[in-house]
Amino acid sequence: MRLLVPRGRFLERTVEGLHAGLEMALDAENSAAAGGLLQPLDARVKVVGLFSLILAAALAKRLWVIAAIFALACALAALSHVSFRVLAARVWIGALAFTGAIAVPSLFLTPGDALCHVPGLRWTITAQGFATASYLLLRVETAATLAVLLVFTTRWMQVLKALRIFHVPLVLVAVLGMASRYILLLLESAHEMFESRKSRAVGALAGAARRRVAVASAGVLLGRTLELSGDVYLAMQARGFRGEVHLLDDFTMKRLDWVALAGFAALATAGVWAGR
Amino acid sequence: MHIPDGYLSPATCAALYGGAVPFWYVALRRVRQALHTRLVPLISLFAAFSFVIMMFNLPLPGGTTGHAVGIGLAAVVLGPWAAMLAVSTAIVIQALFFGDGGITAIGANCFNMAIVGALVAYAVYRILARRAAIGSARRVVAAGLAGYAAINVSALLAAIEFGIQPLLYRDATGAPLYCPYPLSIAIPAMMLGHLTIAGFAELTVSAGVVAYLQRSDPSLLQSTAGRGAESIEASAGGALRPLWLGLGALLILTPLGILATGSAWGEWVARDFADPAARHAIAASSFHQAAPLRAPEGLARWSQIWTAPFARYAPPYVRSAAFGYLLSAMFGAGLILLACLAVGRLTRRQGPTT
Repeated sequence: MRLLVPRGRFLERTVEGLHAGLEMALDAENSAAAGGLLQPLDARVKVVGLFSLILAAALAKRLWVIAAIFALACALAALSHVSFRVLAARVWIGALAFTGAIAVPSLFLTPGDALCHVPGLRWTITAQGFATASYLLLRVETAATLAVLLVFTTRWMQVLKALRIFHVPLVLVAVLGMASRYILLLLESAHEMFESRKSRAVGALAGAARRRVAVASAGVLLGRTLELSGDVYLAMQARGFRGEVHLLDDFTMKRLDWVALAGFAALATAGVWAGR
Repeated sequence: MHIPDGYLSPATCAALYGGAVPFWYVALRRVRQALHTRLVPLISLFAAFSFVIMMFNLPLPGGTTGHAVGIGLAAVVLGPWAAMLAVSTAIVIQALFFGDGGITAIGANCFNMAIVGALVAYAVYRILARRAAIGSARRVVAAGLAGYAAINVSALLAAIEFGIQPLLYRDATGAPLYCPYPLSIAIPAMMLGHLTIAGFAELTVSAGVVAYLQRSDPSLLQSTAGRGAESIEASAGGALRPLWLGLGALLILTPLGILATGSAWGEWVARDFADPAARHAIAASSFHQAAPLRAPEGLARWSQIWTAPFARYAPPYVRSAAFGYLLSAMFGAGLILLACLAVGRLTRRQGPTT
């Protein structure tokens, strides 16, 4: 949620937001298609491996273990040619700002042994407060880095197909796949809608007018969405769709995949054991 | 509102995944029976819409902006079960591909927003809209309030999930391992923003888009307005079986609750303050802060007003603690079911609205 946006700039901010969403999707697909350590691995191995590292970070009760998993995530990113600049822009700064704002008060509000005092204020930072803020920040940064690593090294459709190993029903995998494709189409549609509205707007709109624009745009988009749903359904029927969903499963485990799976399993197990 | 990874313990996340699964199962069966092959494109496209709508900046009074989640709108246009699937799909995609909400917290986010949010939105909409015509202003107000209620109930659930973390999970030094704030901080902090900014954004989008649809394509509001929605629900009565089975299993397991020692934090009764063992338990769960020697005056006074027939889940006329616990659970669940049946009957009486 963005607060205190200058009056009249909401169209620009919305266009920028939609554009950023499209850009992120494009960056992820390009990065997944590039070479690197994780890119050639089977998507199922990456899903299982990176999810188990996220789980190990979530279970850890020692800060150094979470920090070690974070360092491992950074090393995997570097070896997979996912630049730290991209990670900082897409994950670290946002997570730091959001979670930092939540974590900072816990430095003072968590009861415990006094660590130091804030000069000029009568606030005491406690050791327990420092620990809890560190747990929160490190866990959030680690999990977000691992999640983004998956998306930046694997094509989206492959990630969704790999969810089948968690016994996600076939129809839901198909729904997720279609939704992720049409998100890009609807993002583009909304982007064009706001761009065209922006190009016709002269001066700043009043608050009520801006709300009307946003709500009417949402209404138009909903109408288009449902119309598109009907069209897609007819197109699917024309191609022989009768309610049965089949996925083209092109996954094959190679020797490298088994080695990587064993590596992820060993690291995650070590993380859980050391962090218990 | 989207809980990231690291704020909730894995056990809490697992419990909320477990809570969400039966609803997903029932939703899938109900929607499948009603929509057949249209399910895949309809849910997919609405999920994509729900995702995009979250990126719309909505200017709010006071110079702020907010964004809606679209729970109210999904429930009003698709009905609660399809809305559950559509919003869950959007949440999964957000967590996997856009880093909005955690992967371990997908179950929690879906439970709070997609499941409870959709059910609350639908109930509020149907109760408030009653027999109003499709084009009436009453439906606009009902949709707005449905969205407002849904987002706030979802936020309250998230706040409770945050607030119980420091009570349950701490390291050896006493530092909270996950969200550090207790209920007394988490609930006001979450609700302040949602009762005002986020709630108003959801209200505006839900009401505004329904008003827009009333003029542009009122047929989209038909399915949840009366007979259409009822026919979907009536055709899928058997799909509720897993929920009934789950409820039965939980009832049978309720005596496990008495294995836990002590009482929940803040749920003390006046006589606990005079009991040394209870006072010790209170101090242990309150950062070793000693409890007052006598019950606070207000607590002592107000606790006399009402004596529950099943006080502390132990009816006085039942000797076995386990059986008393089970009886209390059955009585409570029965009352809730009766209330739900009454609400259901009330809303079902409404006929076609155009």
